[in-house]
Amino acid sequence: MAEITLRVNGTEKKVSVSPETPLLWVLRDTLELTGTKFGCGAGLCGACTVHADGAPIRSCSTPVSQVSGKNITTIEGLGANGLHVLQQAWIAEEVPQCGYCQTGQIMSAAALLAKTPNPTDEQITQAMNGNLCRCGTYERIRKAIHRAAGNGGVR
Amino acid sequence: MSPLSRREFVAAGVAAGAGLVIGFYLPHGKSSSNKDYFSPNAYLRITPDNKVTIVVARSEMGQGVRTALPMILAEELEADWKQIEIEQAGASTYYGDQTTGGSASVRTTWDPMRKAGAVAREMLISAAALTWGVSRSGCAAENGSVKHAPSNRRLSYGELVAKAATLPIPADAALKQSKDYKIVGQRLPRLDSPAKVKGEAVFGIDFRLPGMKHAVLSRCPTIGGKLTSFDDKETKKISGVSYVGKTSDSAVVVVADSVWGAIEGRRVLNVTWDDGPNKDLNTAALMASLKQAASKKGVSLYSAGDPAKAAGKRISAEYELPFMVHAPMEPGNCTAHYRGSSCELWAPTQVPQDCRDSVAQAIGLDPDQVKVNVTLMGGGFGRRLEHDYAVEAALVSKAINGPVKVLWTREDDMRFSTYRPASLHQLSAVVDGTGFPSALTHRIISPSIAGQKGQPLQGGVDPDLPDEAGPVYPVPNYSVEYVMAETPVPLGWMRSVYALQAAFALESFIDEIALAAGKDPLQYRLHLLAKDQDLQYFTTTWHTARMRGVLQLAAEKAGWNKPLPAGRYRGIACFGCFASYMAEVVEISMEKDQPRVHRVVAVVDCGQVINPGILEQQIQGGIVYGLSNALRAKITIEKGRVVQGNFDDYSPVRMDETPVVEVYAVPSTESPSGIGEPSIPPLAPALCNAIYAATRKRIRALPILS
Repeated sequence: MAEITLRVNGTEKKVSVSPETPLLWVLRDTLELTGTKFGCGAGLCGACTVHADGAPIRSCSTPVSQVSGKNITTIEGLGANGLHVLQQAWIAEEVPQCGYCQTGQIMSAAALLAKTPNPTDEQITQAMNGNLCRCGTYERIRKAIHRAAGNGGVR
Repeated sequence: MSPLSRREFVAAGVAAGAGLVIGFYLPHGKSSSNKDYFSPNAYLRITPDNKVTIVVARSEMGQGVRTALPMILAEELEADWKQIEIEQAGASTYYGDQTTGGSASVRTTWDPMRKAGAVAREMLISAAALTWGVSRSGCAAENGSVKHAPSNRRLSYGELVAKAATLPIPADAALKQSKDYKIVGQRLPRLDSPAKVKGEAVFGIDFRLPGMKHAVLSRCPTIGGKLTSFDDKETKKISGVSYVGKTSDSAVVVVADSVWGAIEGRRVLNVTWDDGPNKDLNTAALMASLKQAASKKGVSLYSAGDPAKAAGKRISAEYELPFMVHAPMEPGNCTAHYRGSSCELWAPTQVPQDCRDSVAQAIGLDPDQVKVNVTLMGGGFGRRLEHDYAVEAALVSKAINGPVKVLWTREDDMRFSTYRPASLHQLSAVVDGTGFPSALTHRIISPSIAGQKGQPLQGGVDPDLPDEAGPVYPVPNYSVEYVMAETPVPLGWMRSVYALQAAFALESFIDEIALAAGKDPLQYRLHLLAKDQDLQYFTTTWHTARMRGVLQLAAEKAGWNKPLPAGRYRGIACFGCFASYMAEVVEISMEKDQPRVHRVVAVVDCGQVINPGILEQQIQGGIVYGLSNALRAKITIEKGRVVQGNFDDYSPVRMDETPVVEVYAVPSTESPSGIGEPSIPPLAPALCNAIYAATRKRIRALPILS
């Protein structure tokens, strides 16, 4: 057990967990931020994606000790001031089916747009290929990212 | 539904689906004497604040029932869609069989939901007429209110609640004509999208109770093996671990304060297993047993004429499909709170009533002492037609006498699932001088999901086959035969169930005989379907005209008769299942001997479309799911154990492999049929037919990239 200080969605949080605990379980179990999902536990599906200092990370395979002191953003913090443009685009393009993977998808997309405001199809594929969706919403995700980037969802 | 008084129920009919008989009922009886709300049946409640609550008695796993089913009722109610709120039914006695599967939610609730809305609408009209002292005929319902045009008066449904609640409930009410629909058929946004993009949607895995513990189970990795002993010395050293114990003959549970504590505790748990009778089982032996079973005589699923008497050139081929697993994104889980004389569950489940009954039996309670709440599901695909997660959660909660959530890790989900049965298909045709078949036989050699689960087989027929393995073409001498094989591998219903296998074999074979005759695969199919004919297959009547319709529209939209750019190739396939007709054209190129799918044109005839947006989602998603199945989905067994464990060795399609999917629905006012599954079966054969067009290599075994 260790006292670890995290900065999550702009707020400082002290947690008492073993340092190797994956960030995912600290977010979900300790901080009760359940928008970040468990999908594979091995960094293979992207459902657990959050930002650490703006970069997308797989929280299921990131020991909490590694992100101490970093700015963590989860889906709950992304749209803290109303819906993020990507969340709006996700609704407009009717992306979610079951919706389970979509918070991780949105976090990956948000990291992409922060670095690449108007991504090409190839850049989108590259950024999003680590995020699995068993409902098969990929083409709508692509459209939603284009829409959020300001070109009306056109490929 | 607690405020509702006890009601009588009338079975309005039955339809088959997902291997289970899905009944539907329209609960009716005397209106509630409570004046605070109007609830003429168990599907609907209207309160004076104009809130219209519609109860959804199917489970939401992404297929849109929490939007589509309320639309059906709201249409007949003449409700204001903006005033609709939904309530998820848990396991209940009000709604008949609540199983969510077999692409059946709309088709089995279409009648009761419409009637529920229509009856309420008529009562609200009566309430308004009585209030105003005018004739009913001058009153009409629209957009959440009743208006009296002659006097230009209007009362909202909320204002009519108290009066309507005192009126007798009519036995029946006229249903609207489809031409008058204002809600059904509209592309209304799904009600659940905002919560899902905000991370606020509560899936089973997100549900929590105060003081709730977390649990994972260590299960015997060998199929049919048993627990010998376990040593929890190291496990107990893990911080937060509070309980370790045997839950069944083949599982040990680790309970902790956190998920991670439970996972860590399980990691260091020392368990000795008795591998049991299947310790040498492997995939090769399983497939060989299918070939052996092929020599058995089967039972007839469909028969026309006598294929044995047909004379001409014979063409035969065998097709083979592997075991597959559903792999929904949300792994299995369930929360349970055992309280001695009762138990409450929060289950992401497609079978709330089955969970209730199985849990009751497992922990020694009566079914009415078990309450099952249905949460959102992160995908189902048939995996949650099982109740294993619910029984485990209840057993663990009883063992620790407190609330607990059992979670399956991804490896648990892959290795301890129930699997799409591997199958073998023997196709044979006798073709005449023009190359068209005078006889066609299709022998399906497969273990039976229902048979393995001990469910009744009528005349030796697996109860799913009537929805999923019907004939497509009116060949004069035609036989579809089913040979039930045995397997120790646990079997389950996976999206489209037997239809994927049947369609892969049949529609690949039709391509083979078309090409053997030197004919265009589309024209060949259209020729076979040229005459308007009805094919009766169990309770479904398949119409050649509707199958022809989807093929023609798919060909037109795909530009079948137009040349493709260099390096592009096309394949086509069609199939009918869950009472819907589907045709798909797949366009590919070959890159390093591997197919790359660029475009899929999908056409469905599923009768009346409830919500075109949700329909498109389902078909696009089904095609991506079908593509995953076709390209790589394969569960293998070594030493009696499932080999695959995560998304590295069972690897579904990602964005880079996803084609553009164009969806078209044939306009229809027929009763709605299934939409969640029918897009899957034609995908694999259409793709393999395209690969043949590109390479002249015929793929007769899935997955393609094995």
